[in-house]
Amino acid sequence: MAGEKAAGEKKPGEKKPGKKKTDEKKPAEQKASQKEVGEKKKKIKKHHASRNPVLARGIGRYSRSAMYARKALYKRKYTAPETKIEKKKKEKPRATITKPVGGDKNGGTRVVKIRKMPRYYPTEDVPRKLLSHGKKPFCQHKRRLRASITPGTVLILLTGRHRGKRVVFLKQLATGLLLVTGPLVINRVPLRRAHQKFVIATSTKVDITGVKIPKHLTDAYFKKKRLRKPKHQEGEIFDTEKEKYEITEQRKSDQKAVDSQILARIKKVPQLRGYLRSTFCLSNGVYPHKLVF
Amino acid sequence: VFKRFVEIGRVAFISFGPHAGKLVAIVDVIDQNRALVDGPCSGVRRQAMPFKCMQLTDFVLKFPHSARQKCVRLAWEKENINEKWAATRWAKKIEAREKKAKMTDFDRYKVMKAKKMRNRIIKHEMKKLQKMSSKKGKKPEKSEKPEKSEKPQKSEKVQKAPKAQK
Repeated sequence: MAGEKAAGEKKPGEKKPGKKKTDEKKPAEQKASQKEVGEKKKKIKKHHASRNPVLARGIGRYSRSAMYARKALYKRKYTAPETKIEKKKKEKPRATITKPVGGDKNGGTRVVKIRKMPRYYPTEDVPRKLLSHGKKPFCQHKRRLRASITPGTVLILLTGRHRGKRVVFLKQLATGLLLVTGPLVINRVPLRRAHQKFVIATSTKVDITGVKIPKHLTDAYFKKKRLRKPKHQEGEIFDTEKEKYEITEQRKSDQKAVDSQILARIKKVPQLRGYLRSTFCLSNGVYPHKLVF
Repeated sequence: VFKRFVEIGRVAFISFGPHAGKLVAIVDVIDQNRALVDGPCSGVRRQAMPFKCMQLTDFVLKFPHSARQKCVRLAWEKENINEKWAATRWAKKIEAREKKAKMTDFDRYKVMKAKKMRNRIIKHEMKKLQKMSSKKGKKPEKSEKPEKSEKPQKSEKVQKAPKAQK
């Protein structure tokens, strides 16, 4: 009782600071109060400290009902707008669908459930996977690029069928591989992907500002295509798979589009064309750790 | 047998240590192994330095022993040691070595092309001369002169190639 009275007394006292003193300021500046109200709506409301002082750990000064009154929860009742609920109620997803059925004398349609019950319940539960931290799938990995590799850098390919060739770097793709081009007329290296680790970055740069690389050149564009529909017997599978790689027209046109821009810039630098045509090799007395690239 | 001596005013080249590659003048001799040394125009403070790390050059300055830095500097600038040093073959060799070490892959390619061209020209001329001498058999004098005129051309081209890169 005493506690309730005290709560009752404190309530009006607490209200005022809770309301941020708008009552006091009303006669003075109405504009200011309106501004404050406007600000309140936009700003996230400052959370009040706990209105229930702690007597001992786990024990508050006020009971549940007293706290209800203190927090003025009778005023704070939040419900979602009803119209949305009504709308949602109307839009229940379809549970069944009627499908036509062949054959005669069996009524042309059947009513089929869209979401069916599982056809198999395992006898043992699947063991819960242990919580792991920071293990991301490949698509979410961080892609890094060496500082020495910038768009327009001449790279030396070290692996693959174009090993030893000097090539112009265009951009880094989403998987982290480098998009690279010969250009084709210079050293027969087409638009191709190269791995950052198997490449030496030289300090020679071609100015590639303003070169527009078509946006459809992504990893999916370059990915090797493998047919996987072995409907027939095993003898025929080996024939259907692409043995010979055929250059599509799209690749040719993309190559032209990119190379024409780059060739113009290569021609401006003396001897660069010959440089890109040459291949890199080591000979006696040449040590890679001593070379400056 | 010995042409360069340790004396007051001898300019020395420091071969190793923290001041490697700089020129200093010997101001005074401390004992058998060390000298008081000063390089006002090459950024070396006056200090003791062992003889082992010094290599004597051909230049000698004139100043009295234990002269102060100002005097050393005056003598140095009067003799224009920095320019004279840069003109010596020694300094040029050092510079060429540095440039070679700094060559990038592109530079190496350009040098290779320049060398190839130069060697072709030389071979061409040699073959010409050989033909001439084999045909006429009487022209050992004439064969020497065109060779000498080739040499300045060759050195220019090779120097031009690495210099154009920098």
